Amino acid sequence: MEYSLEEVMETVRMTMYHNFDIRTVTLGINLKDCINSDLGIFKSKVYDRVTGYGKKLVLEAGKLEDKYGIPIINKRISVTPVSLITESCADNAPLELAMTLDKAARDAGIDFIGGYGALVQKGMTRADERLINSLPDVLSLTERVCAFLNVGSTISGMNMDAVIKLGIIIKDIAGRTDNGLGCTKFAVFSNAPEDNPFMAGAFHGIGEPDFSLNIGISGPGVVRSVVEKNTKCDLTGLSEVIKRTAFKITRAGELIGRELATNLNVPFGIVDISLASTTKVGDSVAGIVELMGIERMGAPGSTAALALLIDAVKKGGAMASGNVGGLSGTFIPVSEDSGMNRAVREGALSIEKLEAFTAVCSVGLDMIAIPGDTPAETISAIIADELSIGVVNGKTTGVRLIPVPGKKAGDYVNFGGLLGETYIMGISSFSSRDFILRGGRMPSPITSMRN
Amino acid sequence: MTKDLVFITVIGKDQKGIIARISNAVFKHNINIEDLNQKIMGGYFVMTMVADMSDSGITIGDLKKELAQIETDMELKIQVQHENIFKAMHRV
Repeated sequence: MEYSLEEVMETVRMTMYHNFDIRTVTLGINLKDCINSDLGIFKSKVYDRVTGYGKKLVLEAGKLEDKYGIPIINKRISVTPVSLITESCADNAPLELAMTLDKAARDAGIDFIGGYGALVQKGMTRADERLINSLPDVLSLTERVCAFLNVGSTISGMNMDAVIKLGIIIKDIAGRTDNGLGCTKFAVFSNAPEDNPFMAGAFHGIGEPDFSLNIGISGPGVVRSVVEKNTKCDLTGLSEVIKRTAFKITRAGELIGRELATNLNVPFGIVDISLASTTKVGDSVAGIVELMGIERMGAPGSTAALALLIDAVKKGGAMASGNVGGLSGTFIPVSEDSGMNRAVREGALSIEKLEAFTAVCSVGLDMIAIPGDTPAETISAIIADELSIGVVNGKTTGVRLIPVPGKKAGDYVNFGGLLGETYIMGISSFSSRDFILRGGRMPSPITSMRN
Repeated sequence: MTKDLVFITVIGKDQKGIIARISNAVFKHNINIEDLNQKIMGGYFVMTMVADMSDSGITIGDLKKELAQIETDMELKIQVQHENIFKAMHRV
């Protein structure tokens, strides 16, 4: 046999016992050529394209699941930022188009469709403002539409007028949905990648071709099992075994992504090598850090452990695929990761420590429930803090906060299913109001002048 | 003709007839067994069978459904995976 029994069993064990899966295959679809001054025709063109390709995506992904015995958990679609394609339309167009995207996703069997958003890092067009104002309606009236906003970049700095609006908008979204659930479908970014396959922030960027198939692999469970097996080696050795594992799972992801793109007759985009937690106990990034020797995620040493983990994953992933892209960091969403959630419950993990983690990973403050009565300016200030780390350090950072109506620090909230459950995190009661309300634009950092 | 190789991996309690039943199911669909490797690992029966599906009219999905019955009857775990995944993960 060309492969040893041990090699075969390593792959089999990953899928059978360690939750190795393809977390998402996300088809990016350009909708610019669907624009029409007649909203009816525009909507019908969008509906046909999304359902046509969506159905095909679900079908072909299912065939590959069978062929390789690796589950593909989510099949998703991202589209051109909706503010761009609705610029020339009437004021009701963004909401109308959101309803069309929602229906198209449902009819195609797609659980989330991303791209309802805008890039406003330098300023907002009238269409961008209109779209931002529609977010509370869209996120409370649709089921599958995910929204994003890019409000900062290293080249442009940060649009603080948009950040002011966001505090108010996020509270409005939360107030209109059960437990603030609408906010779980809305991500705010600095330096948002145009090929990110993960929701809620996925969109099909303007530098992309007509179609692009992007794939997000996963494998916290697989990495966890190698860390568990290597209790005695030093950190150099540990980095090495994580790197090897990341190499193998990225190769599997690349194989499946390329084959799926070929079968769909679309270009292959990128492999996002981010470790992505799920609510399953064995699938926790916090759990890996704890197995490395940190008693509880958030304790001193957690940032260093996370840095080592992500660095090893990146090195293994970069060797395995020439198309690494998207976010490719590590996700530490609080409600979706059982270990993160336990650390919050036990008081080991604060929002300030989570902000510090951003220095070594990406995505930042993800799926964090905060008290419902947090002032809008404080929410804006948390966003400004997190995104300024991205702007200054030339990396992607993101925020997904859920101010849960009627809940205070320490209360419990369950978002259901993959979105998980969590305890409400305490937020500083000191005010940032006067700083935030100054508005304007934070200038781009000196490090952006590289030409 | 190019081969279309799949790996059938079986894990479970050692018992009579595992290989017989799986070989029979594979034979029924004109799938040729190319190689077979079995071991007792940590008290468990572990087998990997390499089979060529190029002359068979069925898909991997169909084969999985067929083997699912044996999986239930004999309380085994059976995985079917195309060869390419092993090539991608274990060969540079």
